[in-house]
Order: sequence, then structure tokens, then C-alpha cells
Amino acid sequence: MSAPSPAVELRHVSKRFGAVAAVEGVSLAVRAGEFLTLLGPSGCGKTTLLRMIAGFEIPDAGAVLLGGADVTALPPHRRDVNQVFQSYALFPHLNVRENIAFGLRMQRRAAKEIAARVGEMVALVALEGCEERKPHQLSGGQRQRVALARALAPRPAVLLLDEPLSALDARLRQTMQLELKRLQRQVGTTFVFVTHDQEEALTISDRIALVNRGRIEQIGTTQEIYHKPATAFAAEFIGQANVMEAEWVGNEPGFARLRVAGIELRVAAEAWPAGVTRARVSIRPEKIHLGKTRPLGGSGFEVRVDEEIFKGATDRFGLVTASGARLIAMVANESALREAIHAGDRVWCAVHADDIVVLRESGNERGQPA
Amino acid sequence: MRAADTSAQRRPGWAAWLLLTPLLVWLLAFVVAPAAILVAYSFAERDELGRVGFGFSLENYGRIADATYVAVFARSVGYAAITTAICAVLGYPVAWCLARASENWRHRLLLLVMIPFWTSFLIRTYAWITILKSEGLLNGLLLWLHAIATPLELLYTPTAVIVGLVYAYLPFMILPIYGSAEKLDPALIEAAHDLGCGPWRTFAQIVVPLTLPGFYAGVLMVFVPAIGMFAITDLMGGARVPMIGNVIQDQFVGQARDKPFGAALAVVFMLLFVAVYWLLQRRAAEREPA
Repeated sequence: MSAPSPAVELRHVSKRFGAVAAVEGVSLAVRAGEFLTLLGPSGCGKTTLLRMIAGFEIPDAGAVLLGGADVTALPPHRRDVNQVFQSYALFPHLNVRENIAFGLRMQRRAAKEIAARVGEMVALVALEGCEERKPHQLSGGQRQRVALARALAPRPAVLLLDEPLSALDARLRQTMQLELKRLQRQVGTTFVFVTHDQEEALTISDRIALVNRGRIEQIGTTQEIYHKPATAFAAEFIGQANVMEAEWVGNEPGFARLRVAGIELRVAAEAWPAGVTRARVSIRPEKIHLGKTRPLGGSGFEVRVDEEIFKGATDRFGLVTASGARLIAMVANESALREAIHAGDRVWCAVHADDIVVLRESGNERGQPA
Repeated sequence: MRAADTSAQRRPGWAAWLLLTPLLVWLLAFVVAPAAILVAYSFAERDELGRVGFGFSLENYGRIADATYVAVFARSVGYAAITTAICAVLGYPVAWCLARASENWRHRLLLLVMIPFWTSFLIRTYAWITILKSEGLLNGLLLWLHAIATPLELLYTPTAVIVGLVYAYLPFMILPIYGSAEKLDPALIEAAHDLGCGPWRTFAQIVVPLTLPGFYAGVLMVFVPAIGMFAITDLMGGARVPMIGNVIQDQFVGQARDKPFGAALAVVFMLLFVAVYWLLQRRAAEREPA
């Protein structure tokens, strides 16, 4: 039995706009029924990737497959994908009902069937009572729902969403993130979502494809992306990270010994690429455990607390090592009774070997990403 | 402060009237006064020598009801309507392509639409005569191609008049539609394609409804002046198919020399414009969201 075809597959697609390479040799497979997010800074090529799936851009090289069929040459109106546009792009001369019915009318469905499906979609996005309104009579959130209902009504195999929440205010945005995730589970359609907001990506996705400079930097589940960033870009773009140069100084049973910012640390032997002497490593701020006393096992190191920022649920500490390297650590404010650490204190740090992530260099790195 | 602002909005103060004065003077001098003179003439009478005696007579308006003039009015409206329809059919795709063209091309193509305006209107009309006359360029070409045996009778026919009118007014249809189409959000076109709408249906279902304000403006700018046109009908129709413009011209500067009657015709004609304009505005207002 062969594995089912991916809902969307990009094979070595490239696209240039004049002298600018927007996408360079990207391959990507989106599984049927998953919520995949293309995440990256603005101008990284994520929207171009989405537009190639929709058919608005033709790749200069490579192929686009939908459900295993090559659609590279098919125009957008012949592809079984629908898009939710960043500006919503609701038809201003049509009311909510007519907007939602548009795709079904294009499929020349029977009037009865269209009416039933529109009713179903209106209920799905909770817009009952707004059917006769024109787009300009709706709030931003309502327009967003209409755009969603309109795109889902013809039952596309894949729904593409181009930063659909970016025009909403922060509160509504968070509500809509959860609603979108719930909706995706409910309808079971494959969602390909584009955003530059890493928090949003972590909240709503099953998997994230991190896009940088026209290439996919890393693809994985939200946990994988967060806990095992592959590159410095991945580590720094998602959440916060201490990214430092590490030098291999020797092996011991089960571990590789590294010198990082003048401190000796250990990582699991298999985490360190064989034959490499230098690489960058990433440590998440919350993985640095602070204490007033030397931790057991002797793997700790001493630092000076340089600054202390109270952030409510967490405390953020700026630390300086003996060699002068700066680190940040994040400590959850679980209890007011926790022993207080203040700026100027000397404290001990402990980092678990598994929490030090060895990074590879980005394939196309031209200087450090900002 | 706020209250002062709103009251100022409700009742313009002397400063506002002062600012409006140049506009009001302009309107008075160039719109109200000529119209008033025209209306005054339309109620006047003419003696045997062609002199105008002012008074209040409805006789001029009564004469318009004469079958000859009704026919002229009907013909003018018909010709203008055909011209408008042809301009719409030709102009819509051109305007749409202009709006969709890349920035570079758009400016060049717009220039092509405008270039005819750099030449005198009469010269351009004479150019058409050169093309259409019996021994003209078109007949010459067709004869040379052996497509025809004898020259076609093209000039001084209703077709020639329509050709001339369409040529003269096509840019006035293209430009307002282009203005509307250019403002159309490209994402709407993409959304239509995305939802399974092919290029032709997108044009009919999205582009046309959303550019109607420009289309109505185009209709107005073609239909209204086309009704009153006299130069083209004279030159290319050979005065065989007089339109209302020719009749009015004849009353003022031609052989008929009946200014009061000409004025009455012009007033009726003006009211016709106002009616068309009002109808189009109302339709546009219905379409346009508040």
C-alpha cells in the first residue's frame, strides 16, 4: 500500500522577480488535513509560495502538485484550492450571501444546493442575520469570517490563508486564531497559512515551515521547531534564544564537551556532528536554571546578574559570564516565596545537556539575519 | 470650539461666501446668463425680416412638435445611442486592458489614446473623408486587393456619420472607464479567479458591475455631445442626414435664421440632457454604497 499523495507538493520551485530571487529551489509537502504555516519575515518568499499554490504565480522552474496531480500549468480558476486574502477581497457589490455563494455559482450548482450550503457556511462562521448586508456594512472581524466562508463554501481540497488576521486588533486576533484552529479541525480541510507572527504560528499550526530568503529553513511540528531549531535563524526568529559560538574540546562517554563563552558545557554525543570543531549552539532563556548555590553534578557555571526585568508571569535576567559574554534567562514567577535574585547578585546557572541545541549553518546565509 | 465648528458647517459665514464669490461669479457669467438668454430668446418672436422681438410666445415650442423636428430629434437620439453603444463595446475592453497593463505600458498606451487630441478636430474629420471617399484610401486598398470591383459608396452615408462619431467620442468612453477600472483592487480579480471564475465571467460579473460609475460617466460624455454634434454630420453625412445640432446651427448662423426657434430647440435639447444626466446619476447612486 502506497502512502496517500500529499495535499500539496512543491518540487524544487523557483521564482524570480527581475533581479530578485523570491523563491529558490523550494520543495515542500503538505499532508492532507494538516494545518501548515509558512512562517517568515516580510519579503522572505512565503507569500510567493502561497501564490504559486493558488496559481497566481507560475514558477520559473519546478512543479506544483495538488493531490498528486501536476497543476503547474493550470490557471487559478481550474485549481481545487481557495484563498482567504489579506485584504479579504470581498466583492463590494454583492451581499454576504452572494459573496459566499460566488464559488458555488461558478461551479454551476443547483440553486437549492447553493442555498443549503450558504446557510451551512453562515452558521459555521456565526454570521446568521448578516446575510443581506454588503461588505462595507460589516466589521473587520465579520468581513474576515465572510472571506473564510466564501473560500470554504466550494469545499476546496486546500484552503490558502494569506495573513488573514493581520488587519485585526490584538484581542480579536487571538480569538480568531483559536476559532480558525477549531474550524480547521471541524471541517478537516488542509490549511496552508502564511504569517510573519511566530506566536500566531505556534498557536494555530500543526506544522511550521520556516521560510527565510526564498528557502525553507526548517520544517517540523511546532514543538520540534521551538525545541530543536535547526539554524541560528530558526532559533532567533521563533521565541528568544541565546545563540553562541561553541568549540569542541573533547568527548567523554555519552557526551561531547564544548567550550561556550569560556564555560565548559556538555551535549549528548550524538547531537554534535562528527568531525566538526566549531558550531553555533542555542539555549532557550527558560532552559537556564538559576540558583544561589552551586548545582549538584558539577555542570553549573557562575554568572553575574546584570539586569532584572519583571514581566509578570516571568522574570527576565540579563547575565554576564566570567568571560564577559551576555546571556538572557527567563524564570517563571511561580511563587512569591522563590528566593529573590536581583541585579548585581552572583548566581549559579545550570543547563541540561539536552537543552543545548547544536545549530547548522543556513544553506544560503549571507550574513546574520537581523 | 466643537459647537462653533458645527454651527459654521450649518450656516456659512461671510468668509465662506467671500471664498465662494469667484466661483459664483463664474457660474453666473458662463452658465446662468447664457442659459437665461437662451430661454428669453425661446419665448421671443421673429418678424419677416428675421429681427427678434422679445415677448412671451409659446409658438416656438409648438413648432417643435412638428413631425419633421420630432423625426430629427429621434434620429439624433438614435445616432447618439448607436454611437454610445459601439463606443461602449469597443471602449470597455480597451479601458480594461489599459488598467491591467504594467505601469510602463499603461503610460504609453494612454498616450496613444490621447494623441488624436493634439490635432484639430476638423483636420481629423477631413482625414476620415480622405479614407472613406470613393477614390479614398479604403476603396483604393480594397480595389488593389481585388476584394471589390467598383468603389463602395462609403462617404455621405449614415454609416460614415456613425464612424465619424465613434472615432470622435471613443476616448471619452475609454478614459472614464479606465479611471474606474484602475481603482479596482486586483485582489478582487484574483479572488474571482480563485473561486473558479474564468476570465470572461470575471469581466462580466466583477469588472463591469464595479466599473459602472465610470461607464455611466462615459455614456454621459459620449451620448450628450453626440446628440448635438453638427460638424461630423455636415462633413461626413453630406448634410443628407441632419441631426438636431445641424437644425439648431441652421437657425442661428445658417439659412433659416430663426433665432427664437433655434433657442427653443436648444432649450428642449438641454432639458433632454438634464433628464439623461439625472437618470444616470440616480442609477449610479443606487449602485454606489453610501
